[in-house]
Amino acid sequence: MEGRLLPLFVAVPLAGAFLVPLLAKLWTRFSDLIANVVLALLLGITVHHWLMLSSTGMPMHYWVGGWRLIGIAMWFDALTALILLITNIVGFCAALYSVRYLDRYSSGRWKFYTLLLLLCAGLNGLAISGDLFNMFVFIEISAIASYALVAFGTEEEEVEAAFKYMVLGEVGGAVLLFGIALLYARASTLNLAHLSQVLIGMGRTPFYWFVIATLLIGFAIKMGMEPFHAWLADAHFSAPAPISAMLSGVFIKVTGVYAMCRIMFCVFGVARAETPAFFNLLIAFGAVSMVLGGLLAYSQSDYKRLLAYSSISQIGYILVALGIGNFWGIAGAMFHILAHALSKGTLFLTSGSVERATGTRNLDKLKSLERTMPLTSWSHILASFSMAGVPPFAGFFSKLLIIIGAISARMYWLAFLAALFSAVTFGYLTKVVKQAFFARKDVEPTKAKESPALMGVAMLVLVVLIILAGLGFKGILDYLVGPAAKVLLNGLEYARLVLGGY
Amino acid sequence: MIPYIACVLLFLIGLYVVISKRNLIKIVIGFSLIEYAVNLFFALVGFKKGALAPIITSGEQVRMGVARNFVDPIPQALVLTAIVIGLSTTALMLSLALRLYEKYKTFDISEIRRLKG
Amino acid sequence: MKGMSLIVQVITRLMAGILLLYGGYITLHGHLTPGGGFAGGVLIAAALILVSLAFGSVEQVERREYILSSIFESSGGVLFIGLALAGYVVVDSFFRNAGLYYLGQPLQLVSGGIIPLANIAIMLKVGAGLFAIFLALGASRFVMRE
Repeated sequence: MEGRLLPLFVAVPLAGAFLVPLLAKLWTRFSDLIANVVLALLLGITVHHWLMLSSTGMPMHYWVGGWRLIGIAMWFDALTALILLITNIVGFCAALYSVRYLDRYSSGRWKFYTLLLLLCAGLNGLAISGDLFNMFVFIEISAIASYALVAFGTEEEEVEAAFKYMVLGEVGGAVLLFGIALLYARASTLNLAHLSQVLIGMGRTPFYWFVIATLLIGFAIKMGMEPFHAWLADAHFSAPAPISAMLSGVFIKVTGVYAMCRIMFCVFGVARAETPAFFNLLIAFGAVSMVLGGLLAYSQSDYKRLLAYSSISQIGYILVALGIGNFWGIAGAMFHILAHALSKGTLFLTSGSVERATGTRNLDKLKSLERTMPLTSWSHILASFSMAGVPPFAGFFSKLLIIIGAISARMYWLAFLAALFSAVTFGYLTKVVKQAFFARKDVEPTKAKESPALMGVAMLVLVVLIILAGLGFKGILDYLVGPAAKVLLNGLEYARLVLGGY
Repeated sequence: MIPYIACVLLFLIGLYVVISKRNLIKIVIGFSLIEYAVNLFFALVGFKKGALAPIITSGEQVRMGVARNFVDPIPQALVLTAIVIGLSTTALMLSLALRLYEKYKTFDISEIRRLKG
Repeated sequence: MKGMSLIVQVITRLMAGILLLYGGYITLHGHLTPGGGFAGGVLIAAALILVSLAFGSVEQVERREYILSSIFESSGGVLFIGLALAGYVVVDSFFRNAGLYYLGQPLQLVSGGIIPLANIAIMLKVGAGLFAIFLALGASRFVMRE
């Protein structure tokens, strides 16, 4: 089915990013207006396409420029729908939140919004792209925008974190390009569907494994998998709060996990039965990430740093779930992507609210904020419950699916590990809740005012979505997460569907 | 075969510079080496022995039917894009390095360690 | 006012126009010869940087130049997106090559549809962008205030 509106996913944020510097010279607030309108529009288009997909069940394609089979393809199926939904929801809430959050930076509002729109353009383009080099270009666009955004405040620590992040991230990008060059040398095509058909004919030679290893290293750097996790804590800690929400909730998953899944499952066609080595590798590294991130998070005293280490741990969960390889495991991974994006986004936004109101992020100094900032506190508490896996929030169902997947694949020790670290997550998150938000009755609350209306609305939207995703768990499994998991399981179907129309 | 091995060697030299040197500017130069190596490798992928550059230079080529003996033009277009990406990356890295120098008054990366934990 | 020596200033006065012209030439013939928008843009930026270095101290760059380069850069970008959407609206497909002789007539200057216009848009963006990067690196005190 032809998707006539698919190019708008790329064109609209790019047009917004180019218009903001021009129009912001007339009136400063134009940049806020354009950014929010653009992201709201993107959200609307995403929901429209998802509803169309759910009702007809047929994925949509689009060939750029009308050049069939030699041009760039755009492809919208269930996996794309899931990724685009989380990107645009968190992006819209981050833009809404930034309208008041940027008051602490005296100048440069238009720079922030230009970079944010470029980041969203890169992520959206990556999600719908059906062409290998096009994916690389969009990965690099969003990565460069994120480096500049991490350094936005230009204090010492932020610039240092941005530099370290940048060197590591760009080396990862160079390794990725190397893998793409090797792949092109062998297959002479860049279209993902055509590539997968060519690769079937080539068999599992050592060259095949070398290319998979190279691409895996490139993606591992981008998503903070062990042993390349060193940049995550500093970068997410130093970025402005809405950008930390975007980075932690969306960026590492889309440019790391989604790109890796799309290439490994749909192009290379790895499956648990034929190539167990790949999946065991994912489980091994995922388990190490899970354990390391969880343990390091426990000992932090800074609010945002704790959340950053928790992100490393949750990425470990997703990798372990992908490595399990059956339907429940992959569905659990997809659901966890959704739940973690919403929850971690809310948590970072509340941390920004707290910092704006009280001026500090040190957990030892924040006391009993529930009395003075009720909206922020309750958003934080509900999001923590979701991340720790408390029913009936979304996080509980995603962890349940992962544990079911582990048990049905007879990996009991993995199920035990997942449950154990779920408890550890609960531990360090409630430590924050108890200490900062609900302290003893006789302690003076820290001086704070509640957040302004727009920031509150952004947090509220995310929390409501978390609750809805938990309550409407069956619907999300049937219409969003389940089809996405099926796309990954039947990896080679992708090629047949894309080229089948011709 | 020799040019490909030279590319990999250049990549490894660049990686060594990024990992082991302590001066910020040297790290940026090392990253540039990595990027040159990968771009060169990609451009070499399209080579065919005894072929011409993929530009139509005269009317007879048009009449004879083009694409008879041209080097693959797709890697050249891709490498152009990759060079532009590398350029903006290097510019951003250098401006970050400048800002770091202003704040910390040194280019030595072992002294730029305010973030701990 | 600082700058460079008299010889450099005289030569720059002669060369700047030629450099700009050459950059435009490379851009306009981008669909026939190697080069195109990016190479032309780099030459334009080089000419602007040469003038800025030879004739004035970089720290005393005027606000007017900075704002102008920002406007040019954004206009180049908007023009490019406009061309892409023109293919979408006018013909049938996003980025479709619309315009005269879009399938290309070899060796003719007026051919290739919207490709020469896209090259011009890229030249504007790259030239202004590289000049703005130079200003940001060199005249950093001024740019930070913006």
